[in-house]
Amino acid sequence: MRHIRATVDGEATEFLCDEGSTLLDALRDSLQKTGTKEGCGTGDCGACSVIFDGRLVCACLVLAAEAEGATVETVEGISKEGVLHPLQRHFLEDAALQCGICTPGFLVAAKNLLERNVDPSEEEVRFWLAGNLCRCTGYDKIIRAVLNTAAELRGESS
Amino acid sequence: MKPAPFEYAAPKTIAEALDILGQNDLDEVKLMAGGQSLMPLLNMRLARPSLVLDLNHVEGLDGIREESSGLRVGAMTTKRVLEDSDLVRSQYPLLWESTVAIGHAPIRNRGTVGGSMVQADPASEYPAAALAFDMEFVVMSSAGERVIQAEDFFVTYLTTSIEPGEILTEIRIPRLPPGTGWGFQELARRHGDFAIVGALATVRVESGLCCDPRIVLFGAADRAIRVPAGEACLEGAPPSEASLTVMGDAVFDAVEDPLSDVHASAEYRRDLARVLSKRAMSEAMSRAS
Ligand SMILES: Cc1cc2nc3c(=O)[nH]c(=O)nc-3n(C[C@H](O)[C@H](O)[C@H](O)COP(=O)(O)OP(=O)(O)OC[C@H]3O[C@@H](n4cnc5c(N)ncnc54)[C@H](O)[C@@H]3O)c2cc1C
Ligand code: FES
Ligand code: FES
Repeated sequence: MRHIRATVDGEATEFLCDEGSTLLDALRDSLQKTGTKEGCGTGDCGACSVIFDGRLVCACLVLAAEAEGATVETVEGISKEGVLHPLQRHFLEDAALQCGICTPGFLVAAKNLLERNVDPSEEEVRFWLAGNLCRCTGYDKIIRAVLNTAAELRGESS
Repeated sequence: MKPAPFEYAAPKTIAEALDILGQNDLDEVKLMAGGQSLMPLLNMRLARPSLVLDLNHVEGLDGIREESSGLRVGAMTTKRVLEDSDLVRSQYPLLWESTVAIGHAPIRNRGTVGGSMVQADPASEYPAAALAFDMEFVVMSSAGERVIQAEDFFVTYLTTSIEPGEILTEIRIPRLPPGTGWGFQELARRHGDFAIVGALATVRVESGLCCDPRIVLFGAADRAIRVPAGEACLEGAPPSEASLTVMGDAVFDAVEDPLSDVHASAEYRRDLARVLSKRAMSEAMSRAS
């Protein structure tokens, strides 16, 4: 067992994990942050996307032990005091989800993109989100939702 | 999906890392860089080491340094750093193109340059770039340091000439000679997938004739390969469509036995090798001076 101290969704957090457990398992099992999903465990689907020390990563491909001292942001920290993040609102308004399993990963990845670049082209959005798979929506509505959010964040009406 | 249990160590210096290697059965230890190839293997239990030795905290293994002859890239430098580097993008565009073709944003955020080289996937972009640039690999062990040339580094599927107990510390990337044109082509079903086949080409044009042409393929054999027979067709030839056709046929003949799998048949890969090497070389010719 390892004792890990990290900042998770803005809060100083401590948890115990097996030496060999992934950050994804630690989030879901030790911290009950089940918003972060497991689709594949091989880096292919992006359902487990979190922001690790400012960078988008697949939580299934990071060891929990590596989180010592790190800052981790998950989908559960995106809304603030019950108010949805503009991305979450646009995902609803633009019908960018159906079954919803992929949605946490898309939200985290898209948030990270908009923090890097608040005026991405459609191509840049598609390039950045290429690591997130959705089996339901056909992607187009997701891309629209992200572009509409970007426009709102820039102060343009969408 | 959960890995089989293992111990985890995160040394802070190379000396400490080599010490740990020395104290353990080398067959039971796995070095971990970005984990973007190793973690899937652990999760699927295709790898079951008893110790994972994390290199992420070892000092001095990351970063890009520029020297007059080229770049020195620490083995633990992530692809993100190369992708975001203006120096790489403007001065080493072939390396930059090879970088952005790898996986997706999160994979490039974590995956390292050294990890891709040691992983030596036959369909990976970086081993091919290593052959295109004549990169050099600096490895450390308890016996000291040695330098391996790219042409001796990649042995076969997922195998390099690094010995157990050795750690790759640095990759030296020479500048291409002035006037060198370059081309990069790959075909994958979706962006970010491993290539079905890819081709890198470089060439100079002197007095209207091709000089030092180089063709490297990935996804076409058990490792990244140069195609000397194709290169020979171009040396001293004019940079024309006719020369490219002759070269493409030589590449087709040289790629005798490519992989055949669910993504593509051997015949298709062979034909792709011809088509993509011609396109890459045509780009290289148009950029050469
Ligand atoms: C969804 C997905 C898509 C991908 N697409 C591509 C792609 O299109 N093209 C591509 O090339 N790759 C692709 N990859 C692989 C990715 O680029 C990996 O990051 C890379 O292959 C390994 O780098 P790493 O730093 O993650 O190494 P790790 O996974 O940590 O290690 C890989 C191997 O190298 C050894 N190793 C690592 N560093 C050292 C060192 N310094 N000294 C000695 N041994 C060392 C490890 O022991 C291990 O055996 C993809 C991966 C995923 C998950
Ligand atoms: S669960 Fe991590 S990428 Fe699919
Ligand atoms: S909404 Fe079902 S997988 Fe994306």
